[in-house]
Amino acid sequence: MHPAPSVIIFTTLSGLGFGLLAFLGLGLPDVTGWVAFVFFALAFGMAGGGLMASTFHLGRPERAWRALTQWRSSWLSREGIAAVLALAVMGLYALGAVFMGETWRLLGLLGTALSLATVFTTSMIYTQLKTIPRWNMKLTPAVFMSFSLAGGALLAGQTNLSIVLLLIAGAVQLAYWKQGDQALASSGTDIGTATGLGARGAVRAFEPPHTGSNYLLREFVHVVGRKHAQKLRVIAFALGFALPLILLLLPMEDVMVKHLFAAVAVLAHLAGVATSRWLFFAEAEHVVGLYYGKR
Amino acid sequence: MTELPASTTRKMGLVIDLDTCVGCHACVISCKGWNTENYGAPLSDQSPYGADPSGTFLNRVHSYEVQPDQGAAQLIHFPKSCLHCEDAPCVTVCPTGASYKRVEDGIVLVNESHCIGCGLCAWSCPYGARELDLAEGVMKKCTLCVDRIYNENLPEVDRVPSCVRTCPAGARHFGDLGDPDSEVSKLVAERGGMDLMPEMGTKPVNKYLPPRPKDQIEEQIDVLAPLLAPVAEEPKGFLGWLDKALDKLPGGNA
Repeated sequence: MHPAPSVIIFTTLSGLGFGLLAFLGLGLPDVTGWVAFVFFALAFGMAGGGLMASTFHLGRPERAWRALTQWRSSWLSREGIAAVLALAVMGLYALGAVFMGETWRLLGLLGTALSLATVFTTSMIYTQLKTIPRWNMKLTPAVFMSFSLAGGALLAGQTNLSIVLLLIAGAVQLAYWKQGDQALASSGTDIGTATGLGARGAVRAFEPPHTGSNYLLREFVHVVGRKHAQKLRVIAFALGFALPLILLLLPMEDVMVKHLFAAVAVLAHLAGVATSRWLFFAEAEHVVGLYYGKR
Repeated sequence: MTELPASTTRKMGLVIDLDTCVGCHACVISCKGWNTENYGAPLSDQSPYGADPSGTFLNRVHSYEVQPDQGAAQLIHFPKSCLHCEDAPCVTVCPTGASYKRVEDGIVLVNESHCIGCGLCAWSCPYGARELDLAEGVMKKCTLCVDRIYNENLPEVDRVPSCVRTCPAGARHFGDLGDPDSEVSKLVAERGGMDLMPEMGTKPVNKYLPPRPKDQIEEQIDVLAPLLAPVAEEPKGFLGWLDKALDKLPGGNA
């Protein structure tokens, strides 16, 4: 799959933003006033900014509102609705916390549920696609949810919680890579089933339909970026999970240094998740590539 | 509405004969022509005369080589367009309701004035049947020439999809695959018509007829060969004189 920057920015930032909103809704940390303003500004900036970025890849962004209508069948539509509701409910909760010094716990809990539902629906957009075996796995929602929770805890300054959640997210990431590497082969789809000619012998793509490229090849067949996949996995894992864990676990007396380390941990985690998300797209093989003798 | 109909009255679709297709790409061109000049947004090209030309097509012809365990390899031309699946994943993933499957004839269409061009339907299609038009920003796909097949302004013979009307080899057939007595259904039953990627669970309406086994080339003794042996004749008359005269010239014989 073509790793479109808009979708990578969207899933990375909104995942973290909704993760932070989920913790803020729980009262972790239980903040009001200016401190709450900073937390909520960060969360809304990432969640909302991510959603804005996702509209950049639309062919007709001005019609984006129509995407809220088909919640009965479409995960993308459900995601849109969940995101709007989560932002609205947490917006109200933020108003109370920032301007009235009130933490409306029930509203916060509802916001937490909606924030997590948004991340889950995002993950299901990818998970539902049988055409991309590497995404069509139960581990895909696990990746999105565990990353969002770990990042959210990190941003919310929940040190102990984020250590546990980072360990879980890191383990999920490794399991996802391991299972994903076998996904296409174990899906049973190959050029033989794609053409229906497999029973007659070994099928080879002899001539493509056109000498030039096309939308399908640009969108679904991304071979170049996979060359450095292993190196990028190491970078993603080191930045996203190992380095933040080390920074959190180092015994630190000085509060300033502790905050500085936390900030570095957040930035490293952000870069690591973005790299992992880039791989999520670049490594995903769409079965349509088989018609072109590619994957 | 992006929910799929439980069943459709008819299942209009194509039957493509892989045995007969000669890979001439005439269906590709006629499809591009008809669907650029008629219903919906035109099928645009980007840099058609430049160094990296590309464009939107609803029908593309691949060619595959099949090498059996024994014997000669076979070249198979393979036209591919929307299969108008019964369980079309492209319809249910659509967030706007722009993608839909018609109850009356099972044709899968895109409402181009509602499409936001998110591309998710193309992601969900295993066959690469949908292409996002870069000029228009909306998803394009085979309409089964919905503006031809019911068009009473056209002579009856033309009320079939453009690709079917054009095919010079008669490799494309159009009809109701939901009716077991239709010509196309009989053809599918007779020739063992197959689905592409049945494991995807899309239940395609379009069927492909597999290539027939090829004739075997056998070593054989031709009893007529002695009778057909070439008869060398000495040229006579003017040509005979010319032949001899040229032979006498220095420079040797060819």
